[in-house]
Amino acid sequence: MKTFAKLAVSLAALTLAPMPVLAQQAASPVSLAGDVKAVKIVTAADGSERTELVEPGTIVPGDRLIFGTDYANNGSAAVTNFNVTNPLPSAVRLAPDADPALTVSVDGGKRWGKLAELQVSAPDGTLRAATHEDVTHVRWVLASIAPGEKGRLTYPAIIR
Amino acid sequence: MAPYGAAAAGVSAGTLIENTAVASYDDGAGPRTINSNTVTVRVDELLDVTLTSLDPGPVPASPGEAVLSFELTNQGNGPEAFRLIANPAVAGNDFDVAVTAIAIDRNGNGIYDAGVDEILAAPQVTATLATDAVLTLFVLVTVPAGVVDSDTSAVELVAEAVTGTGAPGTVFAGAGVDGGDAITGTTEARAMARGNLLAGLTSVALTKAVSLRDPFGGTGALPGSIASFTITATVSGSGSVADLVVTDAIPEGTTYAPGSLKLDGTPLTDAADADAGRGSDAEGIRVALGSVTGGTVHAITFDVAID
Repeated sequence: MKTFAKLAVSLAALTLAPMPVLAQQAASPVSLAGDVKAVKIVTAADGSERTELVEPGTIVPGDRLIFGTDYANNGSAAVTNFNVTNPLPSAVRLAPDADPALTVSVDGGKRWGKLAELQVSAPDGTLRAATHEDVTHVRWVLASIAPGEKGRLTYPAIIR
Repeated sequence: MAPYGAAAAGVSAGTLIENTAVASYDDGAGPRTINSNTVTVRVDELLDVTLTSLDPGPVPASPGEAVLSFELTNQGNGPEAFRLIANPAVAGNDFDVAVTAIAIDRNGNGIYDAGVDEILAAPQVTATLATDAVLTLFVLVTVPAGVVDSDTSAVELVAEAVTGTGAPGTVFAGAGVDGGDAITGTTEARAMARGNLLAGLTSVALTKAVSLRDPFGGTGALPGSIASFTITATVSGSGSVADLVVTDAIPEGTTYAPGSLKLDGTPLTDAADADAGRGSDAEGIRVALGSVTGGTVHAITFDVAID
């Protein structure tokens, strides 16, 4: 029952930021709604295990979270070059089983690519292959979204 | 790189994890950017503790005081105090000690210093320890009279998170940092370590023998006769004695024969120097044997001339 307090959804960014813009520009036809779920392993009576997405209750380092963003085009025209960028909170790392095709950055959003294509420089100047721990941002790129189209983007993370 | 990589326990309890996505797109009228709402979750407090014995082996014990050393580590991700319980009645003990106190190694030298290290008042609870903090603890015990050489005894020390203990995943709602929850980790927020004692009752027996050699080849005690003394130091028992020093005065009416002092047949110089012995007519002989383990015999010999 503590989940409400823990899930402090900051609506301020949504409600206040567009205000000055409204005067000159129509409301955004595209909506973005973020959420977070915790992955819990549930053991059935027969001993089999399955995972379940639940509201984050008690969460500690090592726990797995799924960050999700629901998008929808509520307008009457298609939008193009739809590009969603999600900086990873510093207290989490990208889970090792994240989609290898996911576009990520390991340098704060300067360069982008699949994780396997990226490198990071060690303190001594040498380059090494980037790992999930190094990921700072994830990004999804959709060429266009038709009117009424909606979808969900997620990435799995583990609390450091 | 990883800002939270250093702490073994992971991100600190109370850390807020905030996630916001940003979208950019073109709606035909030009590029636009919108933010999602920000979702925030707070990291709860993980309760974990480890405790290990710092004694390299059984602590030698004889009737009287003995000290057992332990190390406690707050493996959780938040500040936590730990309750300490010492149990001297462990199954299999040949004898049980009495626990007199639990002390904290305040000066951090790893050795119990009476009057310096802090004795915990009952109920014994540590101060609140930061995540990853390590504390050296001493359990002070009294070994009873009447223990038999080579008997053993164990003392169990238990540390429990003050917030609570229980099977991994036990939640204490609202008991964590900043009003978050606390949850037990794999250690169940409880740790136990055992310190061992080995009764080492060691005794030292000294015997002294003399043989005489007179100037005429006989064994008479005449002026000019040489008396050879042999002091045999026998250390017995399973323990060891420290700083064993054997001294003997030169008998009245005799004179020390310079250079005659030997330990186990090896000559020692008369001067007070790096070797174990010294000898003089005025001060007699002195041999420092240091730490001697049970089952060892040393022979010290020296000569005097009868005046």
